[in-house]
Amino acid sequence: MDVAGTNTRMANYLREHQDKVIGRWSELVVTGVRGRTSLDEVRRDLADLYSLVIRVLSEADDHAAGELRAALDELSRARARDGFTPSETALGVFSLKDAVYELVADAAEMVPEYLTFSRMIDDLGLRTFEAYSAAREQIISDQSTAMMELSTPVVRLWDGVIAVPLVGMLDSARTQLVMEKLLDTLVATGADHAVIDITGVSTVDTEVAQHLLKTVSAARLLGAECTISGIRPQVAQTIVSLGIEFGDIATKATLADALALALHQAGLKVVPR
Amino acid sequence: MEQVPILKIGQTLFVSIQIDLLDDSVIRLQEDLADELAATGAHGVIIDITAVEIVDSFIGRMLSTIGSISRLFDAETVIVGMRPAVAITLTELGLSLSGVRTALNAEKGLEILNGKS
Repeated sequence: MDVAGTNTRMANYLREHQDKVIGRWSELVVTGVRGRTSLDEVRRDLADLYSLVIRVLSEADDHAAGELRAALDELSRARARDGFTPSETALGVFSLKDAVYELVADAAEMVPEYLTFSRMIDDLGLRTFEAYSAAREQIISDQSTAMMELSTPVVRLWDGVIAVPLVGMLDSARTQLVMEKLLDTLVATGADHAVIDITGVSTVDTEVAQHLLKTVSAARLLGAECTISGIRPQVAQTIVSLGIEFGDIATKATLADALALALHQAGLKVVPR
Repeated sequence: MEQVPILKIGQTLFVSIQIDLLDDSVIRLQEDLADELAATGAHGVIIDITAVEIVDSFIGRMLSTIGSISRLFDAETVIVGMRPAVAITLTELGLSLSGVRTALNAEKGLEILNGKS
């Protein structure tokens, strides 16, 4: 089969019926996404894609294929960010097939051309899907980075006393980050007492305890004393039943008790006025 | 083999390590420090490792050993200025530097020694 000829004929056919196809294609897309974008907006995007598809088919220049891919990637990324589902995104490309098919159905001589064209659209559809999932992955990794940064604040409680309130699940990556941030803050502020508050930590297992112990001994190497506070009744029971030993590390029920201990060790006393 | 200078300030020996610690240098430091402690009868040793970026298990162990040796001369050892990365490494290696005190900086190290005397 003469592929180049087929493609050129298809390109000419599409060029002839440009307005009709784009009109129908836009309608299909807008119905597919249930009116979340306006017809004019879709039309503008699709008209660009359409002319790129024609340029690729007619093999007018080498850049067309690259440009088409870039345009599709951009469109899929925008869709992923706006919260469209993957099928809605892929539908945007596949409905071009439907729009063209409705025309070709009346013209029997265009069938071989339509088949090659259909294969090309399938490839483009896959491409959108790939770009879509890449964009989603990107969003997820951005969010987890943001959460990581949000979830580990180091606050100054008093002159020379800092605290790290831990909230949520503790895993190796997060504890590592907490450890680094705590030690950096100790060095930067010259604080010699740190309180690790685990009121917000839902579960303490052997791994989490191990991480906490490591953080405390690293802080000790810097010359700072650590207190663990906010141990809830259930957590205390778990720790004992797992046989975890906190050794000579001071543990307190509340952050207030830990602060009182830190002040006491610093030789300070809080008295009523 | 590079030598680490030992400064005597009052009743305290002050060692500031400004070079990349090699095994040879640490062994030499340990010997020099023992000689110096015997000769001066100092009551405290401050080892400043602010400039040390890389440690291994041998160096970690030698720091503990230096602490134990000093204790035999009735001198307390304080390691000051450890970097967070070094502290994490030593913890991962399972070394807690028993037998030595630690402080954030030289000033706090001196306070510990003076508080003792």
